[in-house]
Amino acid sequence: MTIAQAPAGTRGTQGARRGWGAVFTSKSLRRAILNLLGLLVALLTLFPVLWMISTAFKPATEIYSLTPHPIPLHPTLANFAHVLSGSEIGTPYWNFLKNSLIVTIVSVAASSLLALLAAIALGRFQFRFRTIYLVMLLIVQMLPQQALVIALFIDFRPLNLLDSLTGLVLVYAAFALPVTIWMLRNFAATVPRELEDAAAIDGAGAWTIFSRILLPLISPGLVATSVFAFIFAYNEFVFALTFIGPDTSKFTLPLFVQYFQGHTTGGTDWGAIMAASTLFTIPVLAFFLIIQRRLASGLVAGAVKG
Amino acid sequence: MVNTDKRRPGTSSPAGAASKNLPVKATQGRIRTPGLTPRQRVAIWIRRHGVAPYLLLLPATAIIAWLVLWPSIQIGLFSFQNYGLAQISGALPTQWIGFSNYTQILHDPEFWLSLRISLLFALVVVPLTLIVGTLVGLLLSRLGKRMATFVSTAALLAWGTPAVSGSVIFAWLVDPDGGIVDWTLSKLPTWLGGGPHWSGFSWENSVLPAYAVLTVLLVWTSYPFVAVTVLAGLRTMPAELLEAARVDGAGPWTSFWKITYPMLRPVFLVLLLLSIIWDFGVFTQPYIITEAPGNRDEFNLGLYEYFRAFTQPPAYGIGSAVAFILTIILLIISVGYVRASVKQGVFR
Repeated sequence: MTIAQAPAGTRGTQGARRGWGAVFTSKSLRRAILNLLGLLVALLTLFPVLWMISTAFKPATEIYSLTPHPIPLHPTLANFAHVLSGSEIGTPYWNFLKNSLIVTIVSVAASSLLALLAAIALGRFQFRFRTIYLVMLLIVQMLPQQALVIALFIDFRPLNLLDSLTGLVLVYAAFALPVTIWMLRNFAATVPRELEDAAAIDGAGAWTIFSRILLPLISPGLVATSVFAFIFAYNEFVFALTFIGPDTSKFTLPLFVQYFQGHTTGGTDWGAIMAASTLFTIPVLAFFLIIQRRLASGLVAGAVKG
Repeated sequence: MVNTDKRRPGTSSPAGAASKNLPVKATQGRIRTPGLTPRQRVAIWIRRHGVAPYLLLLPATAIIAWLVLWPSIQIGLFSFQNYGLAQISGALPTQWIGFSNYTQILHDPEFWLSLRISLLFALVVVPLTLIVGTLVGLLLSRLGKRMATFVSTAALLAWGTPAVSGSVIFAWLVDPDGGIVDWTLSKLPTWLGGGPHWSGFSWENSVLPAYAVLTVLLVWTSYPFVAVTVLAGLRTMPAELLEAARVDGAGPWTSFWKITYPMLRPVFLVLLLLSIIWDFGVFTQPYIITEAPGNRDEFNLGLYEYFRAFTQPPAYGIGSAVAFILTIILLIISVGYVRASVKQGVFR
């Protein structure tokens, strides 16, 4: 075990003065209890995801067994094969992965580009409506999506944007923008003004300053914020549910996962649902693990400190 | 004449918008210098009038205005119209019908039921999320480095699980045929509330059990955000303060309420408001857990609004009225959020 922090160490002897604190008289006992608690929290938190993966590999007899087993006794890929082939829904899994990736990548690219421009305006210029604009961004991101979806449904119908991935791209880009701008603005504001001035004195034009100074210095922020736009677009459910209609070939992955819940023949096929859900979830979680450190700092910077 | 030729597009930085006292403006009323390309003229005009930030904001603002702001205004307009199937297909024109959508909703017991469910749900889930998140945040700050990484990674994975996945997983956990929850409860001794009557218990078909599942699901997905945020707040606190309190004999309970909480109050306020907004407006999880629109008694405000609008025959006007009420409630809470953010100085 790692060394307990110094304050935690002194705590034991001091706590002993209080009645119930007597339990914590020994440092190592205290540490053991804390670690046990940590382990419990971690396992409880991980349990649903682990259970999903485990179920996905179980044959039907084990899934509905009277004595559930945490680990598949006879692991099988049948559920995955069933889901990948798309025999139930009409098109194979790859089609939905493709739809999701198109929608996600295009909307993230679009919102990142527009947010970058807006963030430079908000982070590097002082102008009259700046504060009002920032307040508007903060409020706009609170508007409930299931409320706006009614108006957007009506607006998109005559534009032929229903049942189309283009419609989803537009909405995802628009709804990712406020948060993306808000977070990027901080990164844009931290680039020292002297760098710009020095470049300007050396005769650099606006474009040169943008591409050689601002962009390289803001791009780490761009990576962090596009993660949020990415997760939002990849996971989004309400708009996809409403816009993408009876034609299942346009489904994105969340709709694909949800489809199995109501449409499986002969009772809910939990093996198939868990396999679909695993295929949908694991890429996100892997992504989260890779960018873990950057995400935690970006999360706090964006959400709490502004 | 100022030698405008040297002021090629962008000779000054983007920050040049502030440089209004440049000779260009001081000496020239209008740019009539011959030999300037149109591009150069535009660049000069942009700089003189300080419009660069507005131009940069224009594309993003246009998209937000078209796809977020305008729809929210439309919701308000539609809520006073008889917008239905005939209107969306263009067979009949829309008519202004005053408050009749609203009176219809206010006389609908299902509306009041859904509103009550949303309020009670937020009332239970928000404090639970904050308590669990804070406790885990405090735990994380006391754990050794390796254990803390393990716990926070687990929390990150729960937080990162998409809403749809989390919902189908929990639906499976509580499934009456083969779900692990019913099995565990049926094996528990009676004094722990277990017993054979739990086997085959259906969680999704009545309000209280369904929302009990949703409570656990929502706390599971949202506590990591609270924990990580609280942990970050704890890291900013001077260690000497808690140390001094401990020397003076303050227990963990006292030092939390007398030191930690007052110092992190702004953080807690923001977390509280964000949680209320998220949990009051939650849609995807109840949609999947209650297998909407299976049982209309289980609608929260979001589900009620959605199915009033989209269930055949569609009633977009009535749905918009509910959506408008939902939006107004959330905006009122958002005002608190904005004010809390202002106090944190986020508009620097």
